[in-house]
Amino acid sequence: MAVIFQKPKSLSDVTQHYCPGCTHGIIHRLIAEVIDDMDIEGETVGISPVGCSVLAYNYFNFDMIQAPHGRAPAVATGVKRARPDLFTFTYQGDGDLAAIGTAEMVHAASRGENITIIFVNNTIYGMTGGQMAPTTLSGQVTQTTPFGRDIKTAGYPIRVCEMLATLEGTAFARRVSVDTPQNVREAKKAIAKAFELQKNEAGFSIVEILSTCPTNWGLNPLNSLKRIREEVIPYYPLGVYKDKTKEGESS
Amino acid sequence: MKGNEAVAEAAIRAGCKCFFGYPITPQNELPAYFAKKLQASGGVFLQAESEIAAINMVLGAASAGVRSMTSSSSPGISLKAEGISYIAGSDLPCVIVNVQRGGPGLGSIQPSQADYLQATKAMGHGDFHVIVYAPCSVQEMVDTVFKAFEIADLYRMPVMILADGLLGQMMEPVSFPDFTLSEPTKKWAADGHGGKRKKNIINSLFLQPDDLERTIRERFARYDEIKARETEAELYMTEDADIVLVAYGATARVVKSAVNLAREQGIKAGLVRPVTLWPFPEKELNEGAQNARALLCCEMSMGQMVDDVKLAINCSKPVTFYGRTGGSIPSPTEILEEIKRIGGVV
Ligand SMILES: Cc1ncc(C[n+]2csc(CCOP(=O)(O)OP(=O)(O)O)c2C)c(N)n1
Ligand code: SF4
Ligand SMILES: [Mg+2]
Repeated sequence: MAVIFQKPKSLSDVTQHYCPGCTHGIIHRLIAEVIDDMDIEGETVGISPVGCSVLAYNYFNFDMIQAPHGRAPAVATGVKRARPDLFTFTYQGDGDLAAIGTAEMVHAASRGENITIIFVNNTIYGMTGGQMAPTTLSGQVTQTTPFGRDIKTAGYPIRVCEMLATLEGTAFARRVSVDTPQNVREAKKAIAKAFELQKNEAGFSIVEILSTCPTNWGLNPLNSLKRIREEVIPYYPLGVYKDKTKEGESS
Repeated sequence: MKGNEAVAEAAIRAGCKCFFGYPITPQNELPAYFAKKLQASGGVFLQAESEIAAINMVLGAASAGVRSMTSSSSPGISLKAEGISYIAGSDLPCVIVNVQRGGPGLGSIQPSQADYLQATKAMGHGDFHVIVYAPCSVQEMVDTVFKAFEIADLYRMPVMILADGLLGQMMEPVSFPDFTLSEPTKKWAADGHGGKRKKNIINSLFLQPDDLERTIRERFARYDEIKARETEAELYMTEDADIVLVAYGATARVVKSAVNLAREQGIKAGLVRPVTLWPFPEKELNEGAQNARALLCCEMSMGQMVDDVKLAINCSKPVTFYGRTGGSIPSPTEILEEIKRIGGVV
């Protein structure tokens, strides 16, 4: 009988700790599938962040480095410069990437560092119990914005892809979502494209993935997906924000 | 050759393949030298966006099993503290140079030894140490760089060369010995498993207290080995010394002159110069201070090493301090006066 569905080789056979309905798990799977499709497991070094996905180093079957909070793009830079033949990506949450790690993110992009950032935007600090993130939406209630994020005092949510797209060094920036099967397929395509770009030494790529945090959003898994569609995507529109490849230039 | 440049040249000869830095006086000649020379020898020079990024680039390159280095001066070293803690917690080898300047804050750009406590006691959060070498000449800086890379790989830990603005800027003749590299194969590195081994994980997180305690105890067992094997000090005219001075780095050179001046005047002075600051040369200090009536600790700080000296001799003899801070260098005559002063007291 033909096998039509199985665990990707690049995903370890261990139980993940993510909450029910959290889409971190789907994103892990997509990355593993792409690495399998490209057959690059043996040359891959992944960088896990500080955040809910810190234990990603246990979940992938390739070499992993656990980086200090926000520093993953610098760590990936070190790996890639030391060993350009290796394939390396960072996996980072919105707090990790767009608050404490802003400098590392911007300068890795600006240098055109030949690495890929998988940016998991769930508009909240998941791991520490649901505090405001730089991506938290206006009015969103979190532990540290108990009356809803007030733009007057807390400033505006950051749109990372749009910001990085302005940098010459950014070769590819695309925002996707994993809220529907159709969008999951698109997300996989985006990851595959970013990884291919790195293989072709095209420079810096980032795939931003809108993700759920049912636990800290105080919503059930289905309503969390609904929130992505109704509140998150309107502020963070899906799409390609930069594509320096021929495909991108011709479109 | 200038101290800073000599360090860079020695590092290239010692097989350093990656340098990541950020400009700060008085160490700028060091990255500048790498920028000019490292690429030609097949290495990578990168000016990072901050000291934080630089140390994390070192973390990445060291994780991939490649000899890497960063350098900075006091304010920049403070920024590296987080990364150094992670590097130590992940058992990664690397070399860090601190060409110290006056502090706290922006302080001054003049020589200083006010980062002693930071380097030897608390180079970041958590239970860990870095090996700290304190060379006192350009030649010794060169020799130390080579040793630092070897030791870092041997014990899989960060090694710091604690220099100062004087050593970094000073010009001295220097020769580069033929280094025979003994870089071990790094089976633990995150450099792609190639389908040939299980995956490697570079990590400092251990959520179970017992697991974290075990890794720390293992590391401290290695520290005991390092204390036994790698501790170094120079003893100068200590056999019959009444007064033993304790000084390291550039200050030790000034103190040596003061000891010579004292001897000319019939005062039996000697010098113990810690070469490793961590581990601190306790045994060597006791040996050097055997016949001394008093000890005088000299530093370009407010006396950060004094407690280590007192502890090493178990407070069995009076230990006094003379130092300058803020970027001033004590002169041999100043120190001679101090020797005479305590010579009269004890
Ligand atoms: C230097 C430092 N500051 C703060 C923390 C605490 N901390 C851990 S995870 C986290 C936020 C993570 O949020 P995000 O990056 O959005 O990831 P998520 O958990 O939402 O996936 C913070 C602030 C830390 N570990 N280190
Ligand atoms: S806290 Fe949120 S982001 Fe973290 S695992 Fe749970 S649902 Fe996912
Ligand atoms: Mg988050």
